[in-house]
Amino acid sequence: MNQVSITVSGITKSFNHRNIFRNISFLLSSSSSLAITGKNGAGKSTLSKIMAGLMSTTQGSVAYTLNNKTIDIEAFKHYIGFVSPYLNFYDEFTALENLQILSRIRATARESESRMKEVLSLAGLWERRDDFIDTFSSGMKQRLKYAFALLHNPEVLILDEPTSNMDDEGIEFVEHIVKLQKRQGVLIIATNKKNEAGLCDQEIHLE
Amino acid sequence: MNSLLCIWAVAVKDVRSELRVRYALNALLMFVVTSIAVLVIALGDSGLNPEIMSALFWIVILFSAMSGLSRIFVSEEERGTTLVLQLVASPSAVYFGKLIFNCGLTLVLSSAVSLLYVIAFPAFIIRSGAVFLCTVFLGSLGFASASTMIAAIIAKAQAKNTLYTVLAFPVIAPLLITVIHTTALSIQGGTWGETVPQFQIMIGYLCVVVGFSSIMFDFVWKD
Repeated sequence: MNQVSITVSGITKSFNHRNIFRNISFLLSSSSSLAITGKNGAGKSTLSKIMAGLMSTTQGSVAYTLNNKTIDIEAFKHYIGFVSPYLNFYDEFTALENLQILSRIRATARESESRMKEVLSLAGLWERRDDFIDTFSSGMKQRLKYAFALLHNPEVLILDEPTSNMDDEGIEFVEHIVKLQKRQGVLIIATNKKNEAGLCDQEIHLE
Repeated sequence: MNSLLCIWAVAVKDVRSELRVRYALNALLMFVVTSIAVLVIALGDSGLNPEIMSALFWIVILFSAMSGLSRIFVSEEERGTTLVLQLVASPSAVYFGKLIFNCGLTLVLSSAVSLLYVIAFPAFIIRSGAVFLCTVFLGSLGFASASTMIAAIIAKAQAKNTLYTVLAFPVIAPLLITVIHTTALSIQGGTWGETVPQFQIMIGYLCVVVGFSSIMFDFVWKD
């Protein structure tokens, strides 16, 4: 796996003149993990979206390096896996079709059918691969989000409310993924649950 | 090369999605059939002058297109799929992919309207076929380009339909005037030489709208 680092320098985010958080700074590199905690509305999801390059900052910057070379966020996105309650797939396509289509759009390296089988099986969805997303339960949709996030073997995995809608088996699945990711990549978990925050080595608490 | 593949994959995704749900296609088809039926009933065999025939022709295309082209971004926001698209594609790939889709949809629409018009109105005789085809082609691409960017702007707004119409009209008006005039010329048998200024306007419009949109889209697409 590639060596990556994310350097967050003095980021502030405001919406309509209301400050969400101010002057956040930290550094993450391979084999490190960070929990972003705070009460509802503290900006946990916002910070995770900023780090995934899905939202801009009001002030400050986020720098990404790959094998000690600085790269821009559009290139770095191909190394990020992201799971969030705000992520939705296309209801008119099946689970497998969603992964195939999104993989083709990503276009850096076409994921093989065997890799798709691997991630869908890991997520416990292989048997339902040809079913449309609108027939999936919320727990199954959450599992599909993990399959999508892991499809391209990301160096950075960002999980926003990782066990949301998951049953006990799903929670074990998430813990297994977290253990694997911590060994070789960067893991970021945004949560207000203490047991989820406890999975990470570092914590940043948003007021 | 990767960017081109990404753009093509976005366009193919939208085509496959539209073939499954047929939301925009059904809206366009219903509008086209209804509009032309009303025109046939209202106008009957009355011979209208080329300018009016041309204006009615483009009004049908314009309002049909506006009923369907905004869906390209509005549907992503409504279904919450914007985030997943932001994760896998760069803003420029999303813009050009959806532009290709909208251009294709508008060309299909224009072809259908042209055919129905010729069948429904025997007086709609095109004396300069090549000028007419070129006008329809460039006019359709111009409408699609403007509509794509406006759809991206209004996708996150509250009163989408109203805002889309309000924003679209002043942007599309110069193109509309030009294509109406050029189509009227093609009905009257206008030559290439007579229509060069109009084609220059259409090509210039297309370049300006696409160029400006490709620069501004980054700011519109990201939160």
